[in-house]
Amino acid sequence: MSLLTGEAMCGGYGGADILHDCTIQVDKGQVAVIVGPNGAGKSTAMKALLGMVPLRTGSVRLADNDIGKLSPQERVSAGIGFVPQTDNVFTSLTVEENLEIGAYLRRENFSTVAAEIYELFPVLKQKRHQFAGELSGGQRQQVAIGRALMTRPQVLLLDEPTAGVSPVVMDEFFDRVVDIAETGIAVLMVEQNARQALEIADLGYVLVQGRNRYTDAGEALLANPEVRSSFLGG
Amino acid sequence: MVDGFLNAAVLFANFVLVPGIAYGAQLALGALGITLIFGILRFGNFAHGDLMALGTAVTILVTWWLQAHGVSLGPLPTALLALPIGVAAAVAVALVSDRLVFRYYRVTRATPVTFMIASVGVMFVLNGAVRFIIGVDDQNFADGTRFLITANGFREMTGLAEGLAIRSTQVLTLIVAIVAVAALFWFLQKTVTGKAMRAFSDNENLARLSGIEPGVIVAYAWIIAATLATLAGVLYGLDKSFKPFTYFQLLMPMFAAAIVGGIGQPVGAIVGGFLVAFSEVGLTYAYKKLLAYVVPDSWASDGLIQLIATDYKFSISFVILVLTLLARPTGLFKGKVI
Repeated sequence: MSLLTGEAMCGGYGGADILHDCTIQVDKGQVAVIVGPNGAGKSTAMKALLGMVPLRTGSVRLADNDIGKLSPQERVSAGIGFVPQTDNVFTSLTVEENLEIGAYLRRENFSTVAAEIYELFPVLKQKRHQFAGELSGGQRQQVAIGRALMTRPQVLLLDEPTAGVSPVVMDEFFDRVVDIAETGIAVLMVEQNARQALEIADLGYVLVQGRNRYTDAGEALLANPEVRSSFLGG
Repeated sequence: MVDGFLNAAVLFANFVLVPGIAYGAQLALGALGITLIFGILRFGNFAHGDLMALGTAVTILVTWWLQAHGVSLGPLPTALLALPIGVAAAVAVALVSDRLVFRYYRVTRATPVTFMIASVGVMFVLNGAVRFIIGVDDQNFADGTRFLITANGFREMTGLAEGLAIRSTQVLTLIVAIVAVAALFWFLQKTVTGKAMRAFSDNENLARLSGIEPGVIVAYAWIIAATLATLAGVLYGLDKSFKPFTYFQLLMPMFAAAIVGGIGQPVGAIVGGFLVAFSEVGLTYAYKKLLAYVVPDSWASDGLIQLIATDYKFSISFVILVLTLLARPTGLFKGKVI
């Protein structure tokens, strides 16, 4: 029984289905990664878990609760943090204000949670009075994740968090993702950089045309010759 | 010669500087409401001028009632006592119009143009309501001390030929505007709700994903905009006079102020308010007498040296608006593009 389960999801943005019988699960403390070619429905699957894509059939459960009928905002309140791929920080607010907005629902212990986030991303503490719009791509990404963590989620969804981030920053970033999972949060990522992401993944999903093609531990997928040749460039 | 320059300076202060500051502060308060509604609800609210008229009309009626019962604030205008009721009425009307009109378009995710046209409808309704309540004529409701410094008093004090009159309403306008703006900025910068409003204005989707309720933010935006509109309207009415049609016309300079400053940017609305006010007052003033003090008599002109007739003063806002949209659509302070 996983913490977050999207089971046999079929649906899309109206019109033809994008997801076909797609199942995604992630458990407490795990890092799960969705990889696959362009247009495979990776982001769509993630957005379906958050309720941003209507499902025709299938279910979404958080712990033991069916959250399939809840709006995205209600799912955030229920414990799912989401970092969109783009426009994921408030550019005209300072770093600290971004975190404060993240804590809008859980106002009572802002400073302790903020301290944890500053510990995870020390550079944010230095830059806490700067506008988020003035930061580099990698730093913005940290603000975005910090904001989502301020909602004290049980599950953290990251939509292509390393898009446009330099390789050095990316390695560092994946280390932080592992740190986040070690605190007991379930982390689910959609990633273009499949190889590096699978290296840290407890669980990997290879989607093709909205269907589960391979589902296995990250290492096992990396070792699978078919996966390597078809999706990881050999 | 020195006297000439001093007289010219006093003349300028009396007819351009002081009235411009008061008018600028009134426009700034109005433009702040427009910019705030644009920031949160993402449309230009054409009903803002008439919301201002409504709040002012209610304030005037309550002022008359108070005056009839012998209530007075001594040197201050009685309207200040009536102001909270006018503000409450404007806030109530704004919230009801949101509930009856704008909320529907929010739920259906209508385009900004749809919102704007709906606001024109609200404008007509308020327009009629105000005329129905208080009539179409000019209303004077200022009482208390008229002048802090009279022109004659100033002449006796300084021995200059020209006088500088400072009306109490002008000073009152400036004080109220400073307090209101300081309170607004404190609210937006320091309180959780204020920060949530800025976040919502910056990135609505992310704000929703952070658990910010659009309904609450929108309600705050209307409350603040209606309050500022009533303040602006009452101050303008005290300073000049109240006439529903004039308030409807104020929409033009207020929009120009919000857009030239950068719509969605509160600082821009304030700077824009003064910019528009000084352009209007400065360009419609007849400089003949002023120039007579500083240039030799032989240069004296037969004309008034008035750049634009007062009848055309709204064309100035219009030109500022068009120039901004052509040359720098985001305005001076990098606002949003309409």
